[in-house]
Amino acid sequence: MTKKAVKKKASTKVSPKKMVKIVKKLDGKQQTMESLIELIRITSTVVPDDVFRTISAAAKNEEKNSIADYAMGIIKTNIDLAKFKSQPLCQDTGTVIFYVYHPAGFHQTPFKELIKKSVTLATKKGYLRQNSVNSLTGENAGTNLGEGHPSIHFYEHKGSEVEVKLVLKGGGCENVSAQYSLPDTTLGAGRDLEGVRKVILDAVHKAQGKGCGPGALGVCVGGDRADSAYYAKKQLLRKLDDKNSHKDLDKLEKEIVETCNKLGIGPMGFGGKTTLLSCKITHANRVPASFFVSISYMCWAFRRQGIVMNKNFAIKKWLY
Amino acid sequence: MKKLDYPFSAQAVRELKVGDMVLISGKLFTGRDAVHKYLHDGNKPPVNLKNQIIYHCGPVTLKDKKGKWTVTAAGPTTSIREEPYQWEVIRDYGIVGVIGKGGMGQKTLDACKEYGCVYFHAVGGAAQVLAERIKSVDGLYLEEFGLPEAIWELSVEDFPVVVTMDAHGNSLHKEVEASSKEILKAVL
Repeated sequence: MTKKAVKKKASTKVSPKKMVKIVKKLDGKQQTMESLIELIRITSTVVPDDVFRTISAAAKNEEKNSIADYAMGIIKTNIDLAKFKSQPLCQDTGTVIFYVYHPAGFHQTPFKELIKKSVTLATKKGYLRQNSVNSLTGENAGTNLGEGHPSIHFYEHKGSEVEVKLVLKGGGCENVSAQYSLPDTTLGAGRDLEGVRKVILDAVHKAQGKGCGPGALGVCVGGDRADSAYYAKKQLLRKLDDKNSHKDLDKLEKEIVETCNKLGIGPMGFGGKTTLLSCKITHANRVPASFFVSISYMCWAFRRQGIVMNKNFAIKKWLY
Repeated sequence: MKKLDYPFSAQAVRELKVGDMVLISGKLFTGRDAVHKYLHDGNKPPVNLKNQIIYHCGPVTLKDKKGKWTVTAAGPTTSIREEPYQWEVIRDYGIVGVIGKGGMGQKTLDACKEYGCVYFHAVGGAAQVLAERIKSVDGLYLEEFGLPEAIWELSVEDFPVVVTMDAHGNSLHKEVEASSKEILKAVL
């Protein structure tokens, strides 16, 4: 070894204390990505317990040997098989939407980068399809990264831990999602909860089987066009068997499910008793001139999961 | 439960009726938005589609180290997007079956009747059940469209579908749409 090289080596020597810090930082990154990839894997391959319970209960209502019964049977087998094989429930692994809840002082930018890297790695592993396309050129980079994708929302919360929720929202059900502006004269829907009820029923009727029913709805009453759609989708984070703390909305949620299941659209639109698994409604203030109702339709392959990370970014707890 | 085996023919699919639950064995070609637009724009298909079944599907595929493809998830995609093109593809290239989800419109229904073709509905989202029935990947065409949009030539065994539009002008989608509309009117 030449003198020069020795000197250089000495000058780049890192103090043990600093080394520990660097290793910890690297470990943190590695661990964060491992946790995020595991979150993506589970979200893509296993339906949450509340969804499984709801689907199982609904399947029992269908007439034996009907097409609806047959479809529900395939759906249940698919749920078992996806979990067993650890492969996507549906090939359309959807828009990848992260909701990150973090304590004050948390750095969002590096976390965002780790989410992106994890999404790309999860795609390579086959948990996500190459599903993100440039809207202007049609180019699919195959990484699931691009302008506006994945969709990442950050929220500061009072807790000391980082929570990450993930929704994979397929295109079929996104395409039948809808936004109405009240009053709607063709439906006779005015600016009240009765009007809201009417437009939700209309959306479910229009969707028929195209959104891979039986579906689940997230609804927002009010807000501007953008926020209304955003809050509607965020309702999909609620467990299907929870209760709305707002009395009137709770009543409306139940009524919508009951009425939709009388429409006879059935699983996949084959006809049958189960058209809708659940309906979750929230509200947001509006300006006097506007009254939007946004409806986010989620398919039966309801992919939603969440994790709480410990201080080393390992998975401490599953949220659903 | 009925069976439809390869080679397919217009005559065989004409025997199928709306509501039939069918297990298909043989060959399928995937094709969705990009492929349909490509054919509509006057380009010739890279494979002969005469008497074949087209599957509206963008699968999740993995290539192993030896370059062999496997399909790990393969449910149907929404068919109605191909409504402007499907009738032409049926007419010009002689396909006798379309597999997808959500059903299609009048143009496709008319083409099914005129040329002898059937619309099969697979269970949307059932990507694992359906991928299990794919026994081999036999070809990949138009890869430049991206893997989900390319044409995949697949061999399937007992692929489970329901006839929702037959070659006699019947459509389960039309029936359910109309009957649910009546019920909706009553509750609005």
